[in-house]
Amino acid sequence: MSELFSSIFSVNFGFAILRVMTPLLFPAIGIAISTMAGSQNIAMEGSMLIAAFFGVIVGALTGSLALALIAGIAAGVLLCMILGYFHLKLKADIFLSAVALNMFASGITIFLLFMITGDKGSTSSLKSPIFPNFHIPLIEKIPIIGGIISGHNVLTYVALLSVPLFFILMFKTPLGLRIRAVGQNPDAAESVGIDVNRTKMYALMISGVFAALGGLYLSMGYVSWFSRDMTAGRGFIAIAAATLGGMMPVGLLLSSLFFAFVSAVAIYIASLNIPSELIQLIPYLTTVIALAVFSGRATRKKKEKAAAEMAQKKLEQQGQQ
Amino acid sequence: MKDNILEMKDIFKVYPEGVIANRNVSMDVQENSIHALVGENGAGKSTLMKVLFGITPFQGGSIVYKGKEVSFSNPREAIAAGIGMVHQHLMLAPDLSVAENLILGMEPKKGKLFFDGDTAIKICREASEKFGLAVPPEKKIKDLPIGVRQRVEILKALARNAEILILDEPTAVLTPQETEVLFKTLDGLKKNGKTIIFITHKLSEVTRVADRITVMRDAKAITTRGMEGLDEDKIASLMVGRDISTKRITPPKNIGAAKLSVRNLRYTDEDGVEALKGVNLDIRAGEILGIAGVEGNGQSELAEIIAGLIEPDSGTITLDGKSLLHCTPRQVRELGIAHIPEDRMKNGVAEATTIEENLIVDRYYKKEYNTRGKLHWNFITEKSKELIAQFNILTKNSKTNVGFLSGGNIQKVVVARELSSNPEVIIASQPTRGVDIGSEELIHNLLKAARDEGKGVFLISADLDEVLKLSNRVVVFYNGQITAHFEDASTVRDVDLGPYMLGLKKEEAASGQMDS
Repeated sequence: MSELFSSIFSVNFGFAILRVMTPLLFPAIGIAISTMAGSQNIAMEGSMLIAAFFGVIVGALTGSLALALIAGIAAGVLLCMILGYFHLKLKADIFLSAVALNMFASGITIFLLFMITGDKGSTSSLKSPIFPNFHIPLIEKIPIIGGIISGHNVLTYVALLSVPLFFILMFKTPLGLRIRAVGQNPDAAESVGIDVNRTKMYALMISGVFAALGGLYLSMGYVSWFSRDMTAGRGFIAIAAATLGGMMPVGLLLSSLFFAFVSAVAIYIASLNIPSELIQLIPYLTTVIALAVFSGRATRKKKEKAAAEMAQKKLEQQGQQ
Repeated sequence: MKDNILEMKDIFKVYPEGVIANRNVSMDVQENSIHALVGENGAGKSTLMKVLFGITPFQGGSIVYKGKEVSFSNPREAIAAGIGMVHQHLMLAPDLSVAENLILGMEPKKGKLFFDGDTAIKICREASEKFGLAVPPEKKIKDLPIGVRQRVEILKALARNAEILILDEPTAVLTPQETEVLFKTLDGLKKNGKTIIFITHKLSEVTRVADRITVMRDAKAITTRGMEGLDEDKIASLMVGRDISTKRITPPKNIGAAKLSVRNLRYTDEDGVEALKGVNLDIRAGEILGIAGVEGNGQSELAEIIAGLIEPDSGTITLDGKSLLHCTPRQVRELGIAHIPEDRMKNGVAEATTIEENLIVDRYYKKEYNTRGKLHWNFITEKSKELIAQFNILTKNSKTNVGFLSGGNIQKVVVARELSSNPEVIIASQPTRGVDIGSEELIHNLLKAARDEGKGVFLISADLDEVLKLSNRVVVFYNGQITAHFEDASTVRDVDLGPYMLGLKKEEAASGQMDS
């Protein structure tokens, strides 16, 4: 047990948290954007998976990292556009459509994997480029912090930079304003000439970009191959992370870190003599518990806040008399 | 004689289902005037304005605007031409600020990419000053009272250079004082050279502000004329095609002892808002107790608690001395409470089932309606036919789905079920909301008849005219509390209620309790 504690308080563990956080933070941002547009995109899982796959395949075929990046993003965005087509044009339920697309993504990637490599498990036989690690000058030299923050995959830094980017997009650009307006009151947006469906489609496409980056990180950074269903529910945990984070930038970062922490603990516990099935359960179980606890607390807080406001009002009234 | 800024000629509009909403309707609006468009619900006034605003296409007729024939295929074109519309359900994004809502769709930019919030606030301030409509540019819409939100909506249209402003039932959600402010605003806009078309069915407002009027009935325009020589009763008879009384009903003769008593009732809703803060009131046999108040001040919660739909935090409710607390809705009904819910489509009927099924849904389990779970359909049909006749529900068949009926007839189904359950106390929440004048009159007469039979009637209505017409006693709700109690409602005017509705005045220890 003490061994476990010492490993948790190690530099490596801190490093691992950021590593594990990356494929959660990307889709969490994507979900937040689509939620603000009033069309929550839960096809993140499928979008990540398909991006992870096409990134590796195109990377292996062309040897070009840039083309792999483009292919991965295009695949992820395309899946979200299909979702948008079902939801906005054909008026299908967005959740059902997203569930169907998630299953489709799982199936099609395994099918193509087998077609291309003859292997149903992974692309380990292919040689594809990966995104490089990046050592931050100066910070690298700081003890402990340098070890935790520096030397990550470049996509981890992109994920961290995506947090302020997300804020700027949603709160400082006309598109962000329109996305929020459409999400809050589509009729209002429509009445001033905003094309509601187009705006929602943009939001879904942007969410697809973030999902794709998360997927690409998994197959071309976290590891260097694609394996079947390798997203392993991260697209769904990201929904929980986005919810806990209140769809706001800093909240998303903190909740993604929290889930990453739990997952990292699960990885470290694996060295103990506990059945691995139980350990693998930890991140998912935490998700359920965290959601229940936080929503309970949110309700209580709301009540307390309302009570405090009420008391304040009373005081003011007495003051006036 | 002023020039006509707008002439609609022989507008013919039929909806895809085959309902004719406008039958060769003509209306002309003079420049720089306030024009009232009145008619019952379903008379076709909203459709006519939708045609003008480009929301819905029309099949015949012509629109001449500023001397040119126009036909807008969407609201954007109408707005660009200088026509603005303030919808009944305000078109505002609640989490955005006033300024952000104002410039939505025409956002000022900083550089090529970024939204310029400071300029947005400046635009908002300038428009606010220019038209004399005070709004706080940086506040979020959801933090503002409804009257201010409406002002934002008007400003939104003006900022887009509207010359004709269409207002769809703008006073439906306002207190008398807020209504007065709105009317002053409209007068000011008229002085500014704007033209206002004002849809309403409140006749007192028409006589108060309108220069000219168009009356619609049964998809036709009955008349377009100046206001000279018109009073409320005359307009009402034009609207319905016969004489209708807007006078108060005769007060009750035999008022008995308190039937339903509510004491110290407190309730906190899911969002932590104290919806009821210690409410006391009595409803006596043979009287109608009216609740006045802006919606959302605890009235709905009170009705739902009495009906057994939600549990209060504390307090007591008794009917003839028996407690109604911790009772299921069925138990509450068995004890003698009838409930006409405020939202008939949500809590009143199941729209995909038949009239018969909706009429027996509160009593199907009783002996005469079934034998060991098998329903007596012949008996049910027979009973339903009686009710349909008695309550004047317009339908060819008792097995028609409720969803196919008009709003007024759906409400009559609810009223028929509730009043035929032989209740002691009737909770009537917004009993005539969105129904035609004919049905409204029928429902009013039914409530009066119930009162005269010795039942206690508890009337909750956002329509002050309705409250004052029916009630012999009135209490005012504000912020979960009773702020005033008028034991004799016969001399009360709506403006007397206003300050209490807004919380500007409060009677010391006000309650609707009767001493006995």
